[in-house]
Amino acid sequence: MTLNLNPNINDADGFYQELLAVHDGLSKAESDALNARLILVLANHIGDRTVLREALEAAK
Amino acid sequence: MVSPRYQTAFKLYPYKKVPDQDDSPARHPVVIIGAGPVGLALALDLGMRGTPALILDDHEGPGLGSKAICFAKRTLDIATRLGAGQQMVEKGIVWNVGKVFHRSDKIFEFNLLPEAGHRNPAFINLQQPYFEKFLHDAIRDARQHGAPIEVRGMNRVTSVCPSDDHVLLDVETPDGSYQIKADWLIACDGARSPTRDMLGLTFDGRVFEDNFLIADVRMKADFPTERWFWFEPPFEGAGQSALLHKQPDDIWRIDFQLGWEIDREKELHPDRVRARVDAMLSSQTGAVPAYELEWTSIYTFQCRRMEAFRHGRVFFAGDSAHQVSPFGARGANSGVQDAENLAWKLDLVLKGVADEALLQSYAHEREFGADENILNSSRATDFMTPKSENSQIFRDAVLEMASRAPFGQAFVNSGRLSVPCIYDDFPLFGPDALDGPARTRPGAACPDAPVGNGFLLDHLTGHFVLLVLGGDEPPPVSAFGITTAVMHLAEVSPELAERYLGAAKQAVYLIRPDQHIVARWPTFDADAVARCIALALGKDTS
Repeated sequence: MTLNLNPNINDADGFYQELLAVHDGLSKAESDALNARLILVLANHIGDRTVLREALEAAK
Repeated sequence: MVSPRYQTAFKLYPYKKVPDQDDSPARHPVVIIGAGPVGLALALDLGMRGTPALILDDHEGPGLGSKAICFAKRTLDIATRLGAGQQMVEKGIVWNVGKVFHRSDKIFEFNLLPEAGHRNPAFINLQQPYFEKFLHDAIRDARQHGAPIEVRGMNRVTSVCPSDDHVLLDVETPDGSYQIKADWLIACDGARSPTRDMLGLTFDGRVFEDNFLIADVRMKADFPTERWFWFEPPFEGAGQSALLHKQPDDIWRIDFQLGWEIDREKELHPDRVRARVDAMLSSQTGAVPAYELEWTSIYTFQCRRMEAFRHGRVFFAGDSAHQVSPFGARGANSGVQDAENLAWKLDLVLKGVADEALLQSYAHEREFGADENILNSSRATDFMTPKSENSQIFRDAVLEMASRAPFGQAFVNSGRLSVPCIYDDFPLFGPDALDGPARTRPGAACPDAPVGNGFLLDHLTGHFVLLVLGGDEPPPVSAFGITTAVMHLAEVSPELAERYLGAAKQAVYLIRPDQHIVARWPTFDADAVARCIALALGKDTS
């Protein structure tokens, strides 16, 4: 498996709205912490170390 | 006296005294307040069906200024059915390429690559006064063929008094006031709708704390016919975003997002506007081309709608009923769809074919359409104006990733262009008994496709139509006062097959007068069609 960098989310606008909505009312520190937890959750779901390594590289 | 509220671009319906003024109150089946895009489209649609429509407008032509400039395919399809589409497309500017910049960098470029096999382009840029003029020209033509449409300029409605079986209006004219009784009243009088205020109805929603400066400039420039959009523009004083877009007559629309705390008077000063425009234009060419300021305006916007689009005998359509941000061109475009939705229903009710219950579906369907438009336009606005530090961080991350990977582009939102909503699971639509393409399921507006030397939509001329693809030609179905037209195609073009058949070998579609699909089946069944006609008319057949 390799990292998919093509559009892959159905209703991207809807997801983006939900992503921002979970941060509503949080302080900057709380938002940062939420983002960190989210990255861990998603990384665990992906699991594949090759893909995760590629993702780390893509985001740098 | 009827004092003007704004300058007009040109005169289309000059004031003329009419007998109603001496013999009041005269009664009219349909009175429309406002001769904007929505009111004109509605009157034209009704008149072409033979139902009298009277428009009252407190000016004598469209307001000066480009205003709405982007008209989408669905609007053009409707205008084509009403006899005004060709003129719009010929005059309008068709564009397909868009470029998105973040600061100085182009982060990506898109080509809309519109699907082939449609009469009309995905959208055109056209100044609103032209759009209104072409509709009005079509009204004049229709009138010559007997369509009972009347537009009264300098007729200002000053009071609206609804009762059980009519609405009584006071109308002010240069020759004094008179009264009119309307069976049905449709307020197409814009976002500041005086009718809404006179009835004490509310218009709630969300205010976006931002000001946008529009400068329409006239110049002969070599810029390509593309839409250029900047996030955080690199040129001086441009604010948080900027847009450059071409219109007919060498007019360019330039938009600057200025933020909330500004001095409007000061920002509208021509020197100040020119400084901004100079900076934008020279950033692209290295020099400032010669140009004139054609029209400038500062606007703020809200996303909101009336809770109900129908109040007894009074309907609201277009901006009077719902207001969106301009991103996505969902204002005028959705208003024309309101008009189309209401016209055939009012016509059938006035002719006694359908019951008044059908009219309630106008409100139900178009309130849903408005919600979809408000949702899309709010999302675009939130993307363009991040409202918290965290939103800003994600927004900037999206812009950064968009220049690196295709997925990022999917998140970049400077407006999702207007498409018609699909009335999934609405009560006036029937079963989807065909294993066909999702885009032509019941509730959807018919996409165009080539048929013979023309196009499918040319054949859907505002009546109930049975579209039969393959198989034998069935007889027309008559039920509940409706006789369907039958359009049978033994041979189906590849585009038509892709859009209407999918894996199916043959299909039968029942299409209502506004070109939305009521139901579809693999084979013809007269009883099933009759049941769906009842459904589409809002009849209680239980």
